[in-house]
Amino acid sequence: MKKYTYTDKKDTRSGFGAGLLEAGRKNDQVVALCADLIGSLKMQDFIKEFPERFVQVGIAEANMIGIAAGMTIGGKIPFTGTFANFSTGRVYDQIRQSVAYSNKNVKICASHAGLTLGEDGATHQILEDIGLMKMLPGMTVINPCDYNQTKAATMAIAEYEGPVYLRFGRPVVPIFTDPDQKFEIGKAWMVNEGADVSIFATGHLVWEAILAGEKLAEEGIDAEIINIHTIKPLDAEAILKSVAKTGCVVTAEEHNRLGGLGDSVAQVLAANNPTPQEYVAVNDSFGESGTPEQLMTKYGLDADHIVAAAKKAIERKNKKA
Amino acid sequence: MKADLQTLEKTASQIRRDIVRMVHGCQSGHPGGSLGCTDFFTALYFSVMNHDPKFNMDAIGEDIFFLSNGHISPVFYSTLAHAGYFDKAELATFRKLNSRLQGHPTTHEHLPGIRIASGSLGQGLSVAIGAALAKKLNGDKSLVFSLHGDGEIQEGQIWEAAMFAPHNHVDNLISTIDVNGQQIDGPTKQVLSLGDLRAKWEAFGWDVLDMKGNDMADVVRVLEEAKSRTGQGKPIMILMHTEMGYGVDFMVGSHKWHGVAPNDEQLKLALAQLEETLGDY
Repeated sequence: MKKYTYTDKKDTRSGFGAGLLEAGRKNDQVVALCADLIGSLKMQDFIKEFPERFVQVGIAEANMIGIAAGMTIGGKIPFTGTFANFSTGRVYDQIRQSVAYSNKNVKICASHAGLTLGEDGATHQILEDIGLMKMLPGMTVINPCDYNQTKAATMAIAEYEGPVYLRFGRPVVPIFTDPDQKFEIGKAWMVNEGADVSIFATGHLVWEAILAGEKLAEEGIDAEIINIHTIKPLDAEAILKSVAKTGCVVTAEEHNRLGGLGDSVAQVLAANNPTPQEYVAVNDSFGESGTPEQLMTKYGLDADHIVAAAKKAIERKNKKA
Repeated sequence: MKADLQTLEKTASQIRRDIVRMVHGCQSGHPGGSLGCTDFFTALYFSVMNHDPKFNMDAIGEDIFFLSNGHISPVFYSTLAHAGYFDKAELATFRKLNSRLQGHPTTHEHLPGIRIASGSLGQGLSVAIGAALAKKLNGDKSLVFSLHGDGEIQEGQIWEAAMFAPHNHVDNLISTIDVNGQQIDGPTKQVLSLGDLRAKWEAFGWDVLDMKGNDMADVVRVLEEAKSRTGQGKPIMILMHTEMGYGVDFMVGSHKWHGVAPNDEQLKLALAQLEETLGDY
């Protein structure tokens, strides 16, 4: 198992804030919009440097999406910012018609995704957003795993032409990816090569997958870990290549098991190479108040659950053989 | 290029013929609101707006129009065709398979003249505001126009946008509401009262004008008046009083022709009332 260490921890939303500032410096067409959550979305540095390129819309997310769509006409590249729940479920029809169907170059940037926003509880903990967004034709869906990757992804989507959903979170998590990485949309990142089981993880679950890989290694299990940061378009080639080697799969995500990364992977496998697969995901339920760590344990999203899922997947593979 | 009143009237008559023929041709679509707004579209595209039918999405240096109540697509399509955005023969494909003239307007099929999809109501005012903000950022002095149904303003997003535009001094925007008092289930007064529209928009901080929407001279006059009031810190809202189905006597003033196509006999009766001035497609 390749060794991953970290010296610093930060929230992925701060990676977004840093990436937005850099994207703004590189391209003066980049504009930002926010619905009364500047601090939560870490947009202060962008606003300080480019006050005329920032639009405060107030608590009116539907209006924000529409304004962003309109600003693309004239060449702007709008980044909208609010919580994941208000970025997707609340404004689904606005995104569907004014952004996706209209093919507008809007970047929908969503913080506080999943359970790890913690104490605010289920009203704010959306676990359906990946599914909602990936079902829209033409929408790119990205869920980076740490500060550095989120920063790189934010800069990359500014250069990509088309609608994007970028999902990140609130909690402080280890920074373990390269600060100078080039983010390639749709290209999976090989975290650790292995032979016994493929663990496909996205977002905050990538670090948990690394911890799980270390535990599995102690028991003599050689896990391949791949970071699927782009859920759509999905890197089917990387998935099939890995599965051809390992013969069984764990998918890990901070999302409902219905409609997320796991289902996207399952669809690729069903059509090309039916393979035993275990889901590490929320089991079709709402969240609740608690600390992020408590919630990740209670809802089965931590390293120990990935370890258990990996063993089960291997067992199913062996039974099949 | 500004057409005179007589030319505008003739153009409007042909567009009205196109509308009833298009809706008849596919036995679906929305003739009522389309006929009521024909004078507005004609004035906008043949007199008021500075626009280039060699369509460019970003419209730098051009005035832009957004149709928010997308169901009145027949009047939009006919206007665009006569203005030179595409061949009027294509009007015959309205609402048919493989057509660029979808039931509701869309950019998806790359029809020149369309800059946003509309149909799901209430979204176009926000989009128009966004385009107006982009013009300001680009130092582009041209204007943004939008049209909305009166039933449409029952949507909540309209009022989010209504609050935003005056706060942000979006004064390069001229929006219009088609006040025909009708919606699918009946008169707006019965379905959900709109109340005092002038008082509402003024209270939100808009500069409000009234227009007789089926009087071409008044339509041109009020649109020019609206243009003269841009750049003064306030967005402009025109309350355009029209009759649904205007121009065809048996369609006038009734919500029953909101989304119903005429049969062969009714088509004949309608066309007898509308002079063919520019040649049918």
